Amino acid sequence: MVQYSQARFNASFAALSDATRRGVLEVLGRSDASITELAGKFHMTLTGMKKHVAVLEQAGLVTTEKVGRVRTCRLGLHRLEEETAWIERYRQLWAARFEALDDVVEELKRKEKVDGRKKRK
Amino acid sequence: MDARRESEPTPMKNRTTVERKSEREVVVTRTFNAPARIVFEAWTSPELIMQWWVPKSMGMSLLSCEMDVRVGGRYRLEFSYEGSKSAFFGTYKEVIPHSRLVWTNEESEDGAVTTVTFQEQDGKTLLVMHELYPSKEALDAAGTGAADATVETFAQLDELLVTLGANR
Repeated sequence: MVQYSQARFNASFAALSDATRRGVLEVLGRSDASITELAGKFHMTLTGMKKHVAVLEQAGLVTTEKVGRVRTCRLGLHRLEEETAWIERYRQLWAARFEALDDVVEELKRKEKVDGRKKRK
Repeated sequence: MDARRESEPTPMKNRTTVERKSEREVVVTRTFNAPARIVFEAWTSPELIMQWWVPKSMGMSLLSCEMDVRVGGRYRLEFSYEGSKSAFFGTYKEVIPHSRLVWTNEESEDGAVTTVTFQEQDGKTLLVMHELYPSKEALDAAGTGAADATVETFAQLDELLVTLGANR
């Protein structure tokens, strides 16, 4: 189970709880768009749209890139999968190390027992 | 400790969990079926580190390991991977026997500060390893293990072969 994702899932659900933000995702599903274009489509101020996009970005659902004076938004849905893959790779590395460490630890325990017995004699 | 325990079958493997606490932090936890002094020894003795830090599945080999485990002391591990050598080195910032280790990693500016704590309960040890990276990018890159490097190498080779083929 991937524990890290709890906070991310909460952020995703919070982001999706708003109709405008769901609409923004739908629009971005068809094509990338600038904040100005999105604000126009949803009859909102730039500031209002920036806030919505920030929430979506925080949740990893949207990524933005500023080129010159235009901030372009695109869907970032793949990010969750990327992070899950990252976690799994990291986990496998450490799980392999720790299995080898288990063997070392067992050997140390065995030696300690033998030494302990010698001392008691 | 009585002799009967030695004949008990090896217990099930304990689970390793990984959690990204923030954009720059990752926490790895694992329980070991041994007291903290034993687990701590396995993390602080070069001969013992040599036996587990680079398991065979990583496809690398550990050539040498030097560790001066005291505050301000340095460590250096040298690896070889597909014919090229690399090193992992830094400085111990905190050393509390059987309980806590903090070290820096200094081979690049993307190195982490690693804190390992050993908490003993009922003869077992809960190990918590916390790594703090200087940036999200550094942490993302840290997840790329040797296996991925191999995949990348093959991908690059594929590309090269395609390019060479196209030029014929």
